[in-house]
Amino acid sequence: MRPFDYVRPAEASSAVATVAGDPGAAYIGGGTNLVDHMKLGIAAPTSLVDVRGLLSDRVEETPEGVLRVGAAVPNSDLAAHPEVRRRFPVLSQALLSGASGQLRNVATTGGNLLQRTRCVYFQNRAMPCNKREPGTGCAAVEGYGRYNAVLGTSEHCVATHPSDMAVALTALGARVRVLGPEGERTVDLPGLHRLPGDRPERDTVLEHGELITAVELPRLPLARRSAYRKVRDRASYAFALVSVAAALEVVEGTVTDVRVAFGGLAHAPWRALRAEEVLRGRAATEESFREAAEAELAGARTGPDNAFKVPLAVNTLAATLRGLTAEEARR
Amino acid sequence: MSETRVMGQPLTRLEGERKVTGRAPYAYEHPLTDPLYLHPVLSTVPRGRLTGVDASAAEALAGVRAVLTPYNAERLAGAGDGEFAVLQSEEVSFHGQFVAAVVADTPETAREAAALVRVEYARAPHDVVLTADHERLYRPVGEDDEGPASDTEEGEVEAALERAEVVVDQTYRTPTEHNNPMEPHTTVAVWEEEPGRLTLYDSTQGVHVVRASVAGVFGLDPERVRVVAPHVGGGFGSKGEAHAHDVLAAMAARVLPGRPVKFALTRQHMFSLVGYRTPTIQRVRLGADRRGRLDVVVHESVEQTSTVQEFTENSAMCSRWMYAAPHRRTRHRMAALDVPVNFWMRAPGEAPGMYALESAMDELAQACGVDPVELRVRNEPERDPQSGAPWSDRQLVRCLREGAERFGWYGRDPSPRARREGDWWVGTGVAAASYPHLYNPGSVAVVRYGGEGVYEVSIGAVDIGTGAWTALTQIAADALGVSVSRVRLRIGDTDLPSASVAGGSSGTSSWGTAIVAAARAFAAEHGGAPAPGAVARASAGEDTVDEGYAVYSFGAHFAEVAVHADTGEVRVPRMYGLFSVGRVVNPRMVRSQFLGGMVMGLSMALHEQSFRDPRYGHVANGDFAEYHVATNADVRDLRAEWLEGEDPRATPMGSRGVGEIGVVGTAAAVANAVYHATGVRVRDLPITLDTLVR
Repeated sequence: MRPFDYVRPAEASSAVATVAGDPGAAYIGGGTNLVDHMKLGIAAPTSLVDVRGLLSDRVEETPEGVLRVGAAVPNSDLAAHPEVRRRFPVLSQALLSGASGQLRNVATTGGNLLQRTRCVYFQNRAMPCNKREPGTGCAAVEGYGRYNAVLGTSEHCVATHPSDMAVALTALGARVRVLGPEGERTVDLPGLHRLPGDRPERDTVLEHGELITAVELPRLPLARRSAYRKVRDRASYAFALVSVAAALEVVEGTVTDVRVAFGGLAHAPWRALRAEEVLRGRAATEESFREAAEAELAGARTGPDNAFKVPLAVNTLAATLRGLTAEEARR
Repeated sequence: MSETRVMGQPLTRLEGERKVTGRAPYAYEHPLTDPLYLHPVLSTVPRGRLTGVDASAAEALAGVRAVLTPYNAERLAGAGDGEFAVLQSEEVSFHGQFVAAVVADTPETAREAAALVRVEYARAPHDVVLTADHERLYRPVGEDDEGPASDTEEGEVEAALERAEVVVDQTYRTPTEHNNPMEPHTTVAVWEEEPGRLTLYDSTQGVHVVRASVAGVFGLDPERVRVVAPHVGGGFGSKGEAHAHDVLAAMAARVLPGRPVKFALTRQHMFSLVGYRTPTIQRVRLGADRRGRLDVVVHESVEQTSTVQEFTENSAMCSRWMYAAPHRRTRHRMAALDVPVNFWMRAPGEAPGMYALESAMDELAQACGVDPVELRVRNEPERDPQSGAPWSDRQLVRCLREGAERFGWYGRDPSPRARREGDWWVGTGVAAASYPHLYNPGSVAVVRYGGEGVYEVSIGAVDIGTGAWTALTQIAADALGVSVSRVRLRIGDTDLPSASVAGGSSGTSSWGTAIVAAARAFAAEHGGAPAPGAVARASAGEDTVDEGYAVYSFGAHFAEVAVHADTGEVRVPRMYGLFSVGRVVNPRMVRSQFLGGMVMGLSMALHEQSFRDPRYGHVANGDFAEYHVATNADVRDLRAEWLEGEDPRATPMGSRGVGEIGVVGTAAAVANAVYHATGVRVRDLPITLDTLVR
């Protein structure tokens, strides 16, 4: 690990000014991703600006009914928040399926969103990687491919975004409040995370120095009937092979509204707009669910190691929607 | 032994309180003055030569004390050309080999400096992929060489297969698997120039083993090498010998006399430097009559080793003693590839071998329409098929039948894909377990009477987390006829008498035998009223095993498996093992050994796989995020029990080893249950959802 400066500014604006003015500076929240990367030598900030103490760690409701989550709210607290559990069960479930209890206690909402995409070749400095060293090539395309993306990939990068929370937030259409040198702006999900294209080194649309201050969850009555299903190789402490965040409204056997996002399939949490379009107005049947999922996965590009993700994603979405439909019927 | 008052008691760990309060020092934690820290540089190509090492940037870093490279490292007197030949040449034989090392004032500085060392290579063509018909395959051990024969043949194998009413002919594959003990391998080395003495605080399964190896490498009198290991956080075989890191730490210490040099491997380092289980490709052919009586068993295994050093896994050996059959062939072939040195991993040979054999037995049961428990009973050999000797204590049939009762095996519908519970297909599977009784002669124990009824018992054994501190104290107490509180055990230091490795499930047997011998010698020499300071010393004999008997442990594993109908996720809600291991010295520790072995078997069945990238030769998934071992949530209702018994033909305690049998056959029980649940027979471990999702 290289020596670095460590500062704890008193206010968000001065933190932003510090990082924006120093190309080697980086924000640190819980540090559960960044510190690993510093040890591996794949991140080497010259200066760490600790923002944990100056960002809100509270969940508050605005007069408009928007749930405003401070960027420093730990994953554990957010998962356990009564309003989150009542209004957005998909988010609580997603958080609890991620990492471990210890990590969730430390990881922040803002930091979770800004996790780097994962790939074993990105993490190994001896390997070529366009994300770590642009132009060196992608070792993953023809390498260990079990976790590789199947949607929205490019020849330059097939890494997947590891967050569970971000998949739920993407399905819910959360809004990310960002403070930059020029002031505040809002980035709607999906829209924060990028697909790799020919710039895989950029995971998000944020500019250097921009700081997430809060995440806003707009009212979404539909989400009271929502679920997160994470499919992984072992029962806990594993990244998703495929995950589904879904909210469903069924009236008299017909899908009236639906939100779907996938994890484990792409460089970004994947909002399944095509699947949603297929489903709206259709009978809430296994056939519709599968047709919707297949429509979303139609553009998948796979290799021998990750071809299973396509049938797995189709089955998982169908099973999740089936479960939500049954829940609806029981009401 | 006449009386067993303390053996058999479920004592808690005598060192438990010290462990949970952080006062039991592990290798890295010994309080030493002014330590330095080592961080290595590993090769990033699988084969070739170094053409240059530029350490100038590393050396320029404040706090860097030394950079070792092949160009400045000392020439080792007795390193040979195996894994101990650290920094002895420019040759690179695998990805992840030591090519340089930095010693610095802090671990962070050492790590950063190591990253600044520039290494240039001239690459050479490499081959890291094992195949069943690899052109480099060879027969590992000739008939005149030491060690078990690689090949055996009895009867008319091909003719028997030809005429068999039922034949199973399948190939089973197991992947490269890495040991991941909680405590990474660690060596702290101190070199005192006067009088020329090397001390290693090491995380090892055998202090005397490491001393012998390291003394040989450096050409030192063994008396000038001391190895200390009071507590070790698991080894599973990977700490059964010194490895290259012991040599590297000692080399660094010799460059910086008087300063302790601490070297703790990172988790990632462990994927190229401390051994692993070879991948195996095992073809099993079984020929039987329609009732499932075997006439012929053929088990042929293809395995890999490194070009640096040979290690044979012997996966087919289990087929030499498990079942009766007049015609039998076992065979091992290996290819030396450009890969790291493979080594012991819990039940080397038996763990992968019994996965293959016991999967094939399940396939035979299915083919014959015979219950898998009954099929095994039908093939019970009266004597050891290998030697013709009678069994000392073969209890496989009891383990199978009583285990089946206790698990609730009977009454199951044998047809696959017959039981559905909600979203899950559910099935059950069985497999036999077995492990030979191994014993290492020559361990020495010393009993010294300290007065006031207290005896000091010294032996250079090691507790690697198994409970040896406690079990050996119990053995000593019974051997001396006193209570546990009257025994002061001393282990974990080469200043204590020589003892064999904690490996091959042989530790308690070998060390316990020495302790019993020393207690008997003490009684003979000093009688019932010894004077304070009275001492007796004894060595465990060449072979305590009653000649003419085949001495093995046996067991039976039962698994219930659930496979998700939509996703193919495999979960194991229930596992049960019933074992026969002779006398159980400490039920609490033994249960932990069985359970730990079973968890490792579950992990082998469903999770563990090191993916070696054929292009670069490294393990691509070499850390805990990607190399999965079973977590708490994967282990549900897990139970291990044993048959009460004793086997005085094995050891004077009546006990046999318990460390490895729990991992033998477990993966087959899980795989057989997956077949029963789904109708899908997976013959490649691990069993992952991609092969089951439809």
